[in-house]
Order: sequence, then C-alpha cells, then structure tokens
Amino acid sequence: MTTSIANPHIAQSTGNHTISVYVTNKPGVLARIAQVFARRGYNIESLVVSPAMDGQFSRMTIGLSGNPEGMEQIIKQTSKLIDVLRCVDHTDEDAVTKELALVKIGAGAGQRAEVLQIGEHFGCKTVDLTDTSMILQCTGNSEKIDALIGMLGKFRIIELVRTGKVLMARGDGLT
Amino acid sequence: MSTTTTESKQKRASSNAPTPGLEVKGPAVSKQMLDGAQALVKGLEREGVEYIWGLSGGAAIPIFDAIVTTGTKIKLVLVRHEQGATHIADGYARVTGRPGVVLVTSGPGATNTVTGILTAHMDSVPMVVLTGQTISPMLGKDAFQEADVFGITMPVVKHSYLVKKTNDIPRIVKEAFHISNTGRPGPVLIDIPKDISSAPCTAELDPPMDLPGYNPVIPVDKARVMAIAEALRKAKRPVLLAGHGVLISRAWDSLRRLAETLQAPVTTTLLGKGAFPENHPLSLGMLGMHGTAYANKAMVECDLVMSIGSRYDDRIIGQAPKFCKDAVRIHIDIDAAEINKMIRVHHWCVGDAGEILDELTQHVQRLDTNDWLNHLNGYKKKFPLKYKKYGGLKMQYILDELDKLTGCNAIISTDVGQHQMWSAQFNKTTRPDGWLSSGGAGTMGYGFPAAIGAQFAKPKDQVWAVVGDGGFQMTMCELATAALHKLPVKVLVLNNHYLGMVRQWQELFFDNRESGVNLEGNPDFAKLAECYPGAKGFTLKRGADIRKILKRAMDYNDGPSVINAEVEKADNVYPMIPAGRAIEDMILEAPKYKMEKPTGST
Ligand SMILES: Cc1ncc(C[n+]2csc(CCOP(=O)(O)OP(=O)(O)O)c2C)c(N)n1
Ligand SMILES: [Mg+2]
Repeated sequence: MTTSIANPHIAQSTGNHTISVYVTNKPGVLARIAQVFARRGYNIESLVVSPAMDGQFSRMTIGLSGNPEGMEQIIKQTSKLIDVLRCVDHTDEDAVTKELALVKIGAGAGQRAEVLQIGEHFGCKTVDLTDTSMILQCTGNSEKIDALIGMLGKFRIIELVRTGKVLMARGDGLT
Repeated sequence: MSTTTTESKQKRASSNAPTPGLEVKGPAVSKQMLDGAQALVKGLEREGVEYIWGLSGGAAIPIFDAIVTTGTKIKLVLVRHEQGATHIADGYARVTGRPGVVLVTSGPGATNTVTGILTAHMDSVPMVVLTGQTISPMLGKDAFQEADVFGITMPVVKHSYLVKKTNDIPRIVKEAFHISNTGRPGPVLIDIPKDISSAPCTAELDPPMDLPGYNPVIPVDKARVMAIAEALRKAKRPVLLAGHGVLISRAWDSLRRLAETLQAPVTTTLLGKGAFPENHPLSLGMLGMHGTAYANKAMVECDLVMSIGSRYDDRIIGQAPKFCKDAVRIHIDIDAAEINKMIRVHHWCVGDAGEILDELTQHVQRLDTNDWLNHLNGYKKKFPLKYKKYGGLKMQYILDELDKLTGCNAIISTDVGQHQMWSAQFNKTTRPDGWLSSGGAGTMGYGFPAAIGAQFAKPKDQVWAVVGDGGFQMTMCELATAALHKLPVKVLVLNNHYLGMVRQWQELFFDNRESGVNLEGNPDFAKLAECYPGAKGFTLKRGADIRKILKRAMDYNDGPSVINAEVEKADNVYPMIPAGRAIEDMILEAPKYKMEKPTGST
C-alpha cells in the first residue's frame, strides 16, 4: 500500500506482493529465482535471505512490484525450480509482515526533543546519539515505517537503511 | 576411396582410444582407487549410457582419460564442433526417450554447447552436458579458458551443477539423469573443475539423491478428469490438439484410443508430429503458422479444444484473445506453469499425458461428430496441400515423392526454414519417433546432426536430414563424424540459394527488399560430400529425376549421402498466418495486396 506522503525514501508499492520461498541451501538458487522474476519484468523491491530452522534450507522473503496478472505464473515458475520446496504469495490477511529500519537524522540539540517525541510515538529505539546526529531503530510493518519516514521528512535524513520485509503465516499455516 | 583408413578409424573410435598414438594401457581400476572422473564414468554406466558425444580440451582431459582407464563399454564419439555434439545427443534422445550425453571442455568448448542446450530446453529434450572447468582455486579469476558456464546456461537448463567436492560426483550424476528425464524433461549441465575430476573419490557409487524440492510424480486428479469428460460430452465440434508431451509420455496409443472412442479429429503441433498417425482419417495434420488450412479452420470453428502436451505457443494460437474464444478450452500438461500461461482455459489437469488420457477414455463415449467430421473432410477436399509439378523444381514435389518412396516410414529430421515447413506439411509422420525438428528455438544447424543422433539410436532405420542450404552450412562439418562411423544418413539439401524463409518475409512484408538473404557462394554440396571418405554426393535438378536420385541415396548405406537439390529460388510457403495475427487471418496463397508488417516477433 502506498502512503499519501510523497517521499523519495518510501518504497513505492503499487501492485506489491510479498512472496515467501523455501529453498534448499545450494549455490545458484538465488540467481535462479532472481532470473524468473527478471525475465517477466518484475522488480525485486526487497529481498531477505537467511537460514531456515533446518540449516539445510533457506528462507527467502521477496517484496515485488509488477503486473499482478503475471503473479500466478511467476509463482508456478519459481515453484518449478529444482531447489525450491515451496513458493507462496502472502497477503496481510494470512501473514504477519515486519521489517526493521535504521534512520540517521542530522539533528542538533534544538531539534532532538521533537525527533525523540516522534520516535517514541512509533516505538523507536535510539541506538546512536551524537551532538549532531542520531540513529532511530524502528520495527513494524512497512506502512508504519513509511509513516515514520514521512514524519521525519522535515528533518535532514542523512541515511536510511531498511532490512526489507520478513513474514510468517498466521495460525497453524506454513510460511 | 580409402575404406581401410575409415575402417581402422572406425575401430579405434569404438575401442575408445581418444587420440591416435595415445594408446594408454589402462590399469584395472579398483573401487578404492577411483578418481572423480572415473567415478563420473561409472555413474554414466550405471545410468545405462551408450554413447558420449564430445570434443576434448585441457580441463576435460581427466574425464576423456577416464573413458580409457575405466575400460568402459560406453562409446565415445568425437564430433567436429560442440554444437554438433548437443544436437546429435538431442536427436538420439528424441528417438530413444533416453538422455543424450555430451562431454566438452571449459570456456569455448562449453559455450559452443549453449545453442544446443537452448534447443533441448525449448523442446523438453532430456540431455546431460558435462563440461570441464578450470581448477577450483582459479574460479572467478579469468583463468585460461574459464567461462562461467554455470551462469551462462542458467536460463536454458532444467537444472545445473558446479561440482565443488569430488565425493559429490556419484550423487550429482544420478540426480542429473533423474531430473533430466522425469517430469517435463530438459537439459542438465554438470560443470566439473579439473582438480575435482582428478582428486580421489571415496564416496559410495550409488548414493541416495538429495532433491527435496523435486517431485515429478503427479497423481491423476480424477475430479478434474471427470470435469473434462463432462465438457467433452457436451461438445459437438471438438478438436484434440496433440503436442510433444504425447510423445514424451509415450502416450500415442492412449491418444488414439481416446480419439477413436470420441470420434474427434486430431491436429498436432510441429513437435507433436508422430503423436497421431497423419494417415488416419481423424488426422488434420499440423496446425499453426504454416499448418494445414483444414487444421486451422477447425480451430476457428470448433466448440471445444483440448491440448494434450502442447503449450499453446504463439505459433499455434496467433492472437491469444481471439484463439478459440467461444470454445471450451482444455489443457492437459505435466508442467503446472504452462496452465493459463498463454490462454485462459476452462478445464485443466496436470500430470502424465498417458495416465490422464487413459483415465479420461474410461469416462467418455462416442460423440455425435458426424456432421463435424464431414464438414472438415469438405475442407480437406477444398483446401488440400498443393503445388505445381511443372516449371521450376519445387521443394514440395521432392518432399512429396520422398514421402511416397519411404512409405512414411523413415525418420525425418529437419533444419529450420521453408524446407522445414514444407517437410512438415508433406512428410506424413506415422511413427512416434519419425519426426525431429527444432520447434521452440528454431535452431538452424539442428537438422543434420540430429539425424546423426537418430541414426546412432536406430542404426537399421532410414534416416533423412531435410535441410536448407543455409542451415546445413552451420553444422555440415559433422559429415566427418557421419562418414567415420559409416552412418547412412541421407541429407537432402533443398538448395534455393537463399535464406529462404527470411526472403519470404522480406518479400511479403518489406516490399521485397532483399537484405542479407542471398546465399551466393554456396559450395557444390554434392562435390563437398565426396571429399569425405565413404560419403556420396548426388545432384538433383529436374522433377523427372526425383525418384531416381532419392532411390540412389536410399540404396547407399555405407556412409552418408548428400543430395544437392537445385530448387526454385523464390517460392513461398502457404498456408500462412502472419506472426501476431489471428488464425482467421490465414492466407492460402500469394496475397494480391501488400501486407502489413507482422506484429508478432517471429
Ligand atoms: C541459428 C539461426 N540463425 C538465424 C535464424 C533465422 N532464420 C530462420 S529461417 C532462416 C533461413 C534458413 O535458410 P535455409 O537454411 O537456406 O532454409 P530455407 O528457408 O531456404 O529453406 C533464417 C536465417 C535461425 N532460425 N537460426
Ligand atoms: Mg535456402
């Protein structure tokens, strides 16, 4: 979902999907998956790869934008790869989605209080503080992080690093 | 003719000494002493490999050496170009249903296989390609003859391996063959660094596979089959569309039973030729861009279309939104990713074509298709495939005579171009292994080496390579391979002195502006053939000589023969559905008006 605040730091997210891929931890698997998306003109907006509970396998969470009509096809083509065990397109209804962001703001003594107040509202931690800058750490869904960045837009954002989304299926379902 | 030389070469080739003068007295290899390359050869033996087609080089020498030192029965065939090896393996695989095996060196040796790998990938042909690679510590450092062939081929393989540990070799070989020839078949590449193939292998030679993400066995979904049966029951004007999948699944008898039970007409794709006998009364022949008028008209008028093992590709459907838009559309395919890819279908079933067809046949009866079949027979009479026997020598005439002379009983392997389309039209395929052609990739240079592969697979059968003067020149160096192995492949070069198919497009869509299509400078192909010991060349210039010359080639079986057929230079293939147009826009003969440029790419 796009937020109404126009800000270059916010991932534009029309036709956004979050796909979870459970794969064997073998060389080349990421390249193969990336190729499936690239060939059909999908842009990978975010990508998180990490070992699964069973170390033989990895979990990839891929945030995508592109034509929703081709999504069914893309999922099937990804599932077809020999190293892929499962590939599921998740929605907010069936999965919990979170990401983490670090925001470095150029703020001296005069602005610090207001930044901290905004940070507190969004449940941020201040993980670094100097005379001229501070780093806020925020976790939550992407909309929340987009909103935080929107609010911080009136300050000088020096850097922004987002981890990209990770998700987990709700209830008993497998991710 | 130096038969003695040929014979001794032949003997050498079959006793597997790779290089003359390098007669290694191989010590008996004991299990404990195997190196990676020897374990690889043992793995190939376990998979029942008969032939390896290849060409050596530094990074592959240990593997070529292992073919000698293991004393394997697998026959190594030295080709003249690695692309040839892949197409030979492809032809062998299509005819036998078993993976063809290719062995090449790193760098340029490996990249020369890419076209053949693409060709196999597009047409779902099982193949295992073994490539030598620079030693592992040099990977990524631009070492001599290093090419990232694992990366280069990634989009055109079913799967691939870069071997990191010698002890993985037995498992990887087993997995490669399994992947390559189950589910929807395809090429698998194994890239083997030289230090890995040279190091000792202590692994078990028949290890379990480790493929948790791959399960090609899909049980038949009976509910879906019942839904298809129900749709068929209501059909008045059904058409069965058979593709390569019917052949891969070896489901030709199942298809025939279903068609005869239903009394439904059957059309095939280019690659489906052979899935249903083209001399059967229910056969409509091939459909698509240059398919028969009656097959294409049947697609326009049918009320139900059921594809079995075809992927409804762009040369079949023309314009997707208009294709069979008022008909019930059904798709049977082993690859779930093909369903709803090109067109939306009403019913589908994923799985093995033969199993699904057999299940389906149990739930259907004869349909009331008399009117429909009569109507289509009317089209067959009204719009037959035709050509003029007089005037310039026509490719169609030669192919039609070939069809009659062989009694539709030869294996025909074509190249790509006008001759391919006419061969598809006039060479009626009646046997499941009777037709080889590069469909998905449309690879010029495929036809002749693929025919060599077919001849290796079926030494006693008559194998014809129907090729153009353009495409033949891309891989004709394999004449040496065919001659050396005394393969009686018959090469029919339909020589129009043009890249004919491109010239046809330029004539029809680009105001006849010829650009880069004139093949002036062609050699005399008959003379050229005679340069190879044991090969024969023939020249065909007149319609009256067709039978005589074809028969001469048929009677010569001590090596390849090449017929240089000087045919009409500027004929065009019809029927034709211009690329990107709807089937309704099919033209049956030369258009009177200038045609719009096609919107489809090819
Ligand atoms: C490797 C390759 N290059 C280019 C093409 C494009 N192409 C398709 S048909 C054709 C002409 C083939 O000429 P020829 O082999 O003489 O056959 P003809 O059409 O004259 O029968 C060309 C160039 C191709 N299919 N494959
Ligand atoms: Mg030509």
